[in-house]
Amino acid sequence: MFRSRTFLLAAPALVILALLPLGVDGYILGLLTLAYYYAVFAMSWDLLFGFAGEVNFGPSFLIGVGAYTAALLNHYWHWPIPACLIVGSLAAVIAGVVLAVPALRLTGPYFGLVTLVAVLLLQNVIVLFAGVTGGEIGLDLPDVLAIDDNTNYYYALSFMTVSGAILYGLSCSPVGLILQASGQDAVEASALGFNVAKHKLAAFCISAFFSGLAGAMLIFYLGTASVGTVVDIAVGVNVIIAAVLGGRRTIIGAAVGSIFLIGAGEILRPLGQLSTFVVSAVALLVILFFPGGFLGRVLQAGGRE
Amino acid sequence: MLALQILIDGFAISSLYALGATGFTLIFGVSGVLNLSHGAIMVVAAVIAWAVAGSFPVGAYGGALAGVLASLVCAFFTYRVIVRPIQDSRAIPKEEKEIFVLTATLLWGIMLQEAIAYFFTNNPKTVRPLIDGVIMIMGVRTPLNEILTAALSWGVIGLLWLLVNRTRTGKSLLAASMNPRGLTLLGFELSNIYLLVWAIYGVLAGIAGVLLGAFLGVSSDNAGTLTASAFSIVVLGGLGSVSGSLIAAYVVGYLETLTAYLVSPSIRTVPVLLLLVAVVYVRPQGLLGRR
Repeated sequence: MFRSRTFLLAAPALVILALLPLGVDGYILGLLTLAYYYAVFAMSWDLLFGFAGEVNFGPSFLIGVGAYTAALLNHYWHWPIPACLIVGSLAAVIAGVVLAVPALRLTGPYFGLVTLVAVLLLQNVIVLFAGVTGGEIGLDLPDVLAIDDNTNYYYALSFMTVSGAILYGLSCSPVGLILQASGQDAVEASALGFNVAKHKLAAFCISAFFSGLAGAMLIFYLGTASVGTVVDIAVGVNVIIAAVLGGRRTIIGAAVGSIFLIGAGEILRPLGQLSTFVVSAVALLVILFFPGGFLGRVLQAGGRE
Repeated sequence: MLALQILIDGFAISSLYALGATGFTLIFGVSGVLNLSHGAIMVVAAVIAWAVAGSFPVGAYGGALAGVLASLVCAFFTYRVIVRPIQDSRAIPKEEKEIFVLTATLLWGIMLQEAIAYFFTNNPKTVRPLIDGVIMIMGVRTPLNEILTAALSWGVIGLLWLLVNRTRTGKSLLAASMNPRGLTLLGFELSNIYLLVWAIYGVLAGIAGVLLGAFLGVSSDNAGTLTASAFSIVVLGGLGSVSGSLIAAYVVGYLETLTAYLVSPSIRTVPVLLLLVAVVYVRPQGLLGRR
């Protein structure tokens, strides 16, 4: 694994990212911090789509459940942050299981639709119980991860590195191969004696765990939980775009895609409203002309690593 | 009184939903494409109709025509520039084509939406109604335009039915949805048929968009919701089944109207979503689906 192309690419990049706070101002660090949390969203989505072959249109359902559980615990009962993070990510896993057990019987567009509907329902519930959840305005949190930009940056960077390593390791493991097989040909995979449903459920749980944890950490970084930042369909769309843009089935590509997406959105900010247009156009061009994404060609040139 | 109001409003809304979803389901039935830029194309039609009728002396009808033309152009563009290249691409594995088409049309929809917001702002716009005036139906004030909306929707759906079931071209569409390979073996050019389907789709989505703009008003922010509601109706009715979509459009339209009038307009969509989840779990192929 240490000789693999992914590692050779990722290690120097991480070293550079870790040295960034020495020479870059707080504003850019703040952007990158946000991008790292998005990277975890996109990587866990890639595990589900790229490997298990299930299109989850509602990554922000899992993210939102994790984030709002943590936010409510912190806001009303003043639980310490680590406890909120643990319970938040567990809640995301439970929500993931509740969603996945029946939904995995469905395939293709139906599975996608159910996950999409789950997001819409969660959004409606949050807005309906605005008295408890803060509704559209959001819920402010008494605690934050850290006030200092550098500390926040390192929290996010190390979180992304650890989750990325776990997810990537998982995708290269035998379990990852079984997932990939069941994503490509479920009938043949089960004929070989693998329990497809069990593996897909496991992938869903892992994806839910990291999404929920990242969602919970994101709101403690931002200091507030709102529908627009963790639940809205647009969040999910961004996650999907990032993962496909970076290169599906690469895990690391999803992180690259997220950093690109957040960075591009910022660089194009002078364009005002047109910036979303340009980002979508670039993403569309990449999908049309380089379906493998940024990393697809680099990493998969020689087949399996 | 309230019951009648719900009956009339629900009918008009449902007819519009039916028209919007018919195009969506037609594309899926014939070429297997779920077009996630559907809502954005409807918004384009409505906003162009609004802009043309507002800035040129062509009247409401000229504006509506321009809107439908704009939608037709968008539909062709969607097919030729986005969907077709993905379907023909060799770099994308076959089993992943579906997700690529979904992602690409989603992005294209966002682009359309943003372009509209940039040039025309995202304020809600109400297209000038094709006819003015109000009549009383058993004591309920009903704008004539609402009746026209329902009538036009059904007129267009009726024409589509005639086209598909009574003409040679229409029958080739039907055949393409059943067995595309068989059709090519009979000497039909499949790509011409797909072009025709997208043209029909463009006209349907355009009419639906313009009528929606005149009935409820449209903002570029509505694009996502419109796509989601068409998607839900189509899944509820059974992917690819036109009659299923028509029934589902009425179920959804009336359920929303009932909720809005009897409970609260703010939870208008919630019962539909719950029903959708229930139907997908119990009967994934939808009400009249074939699979």
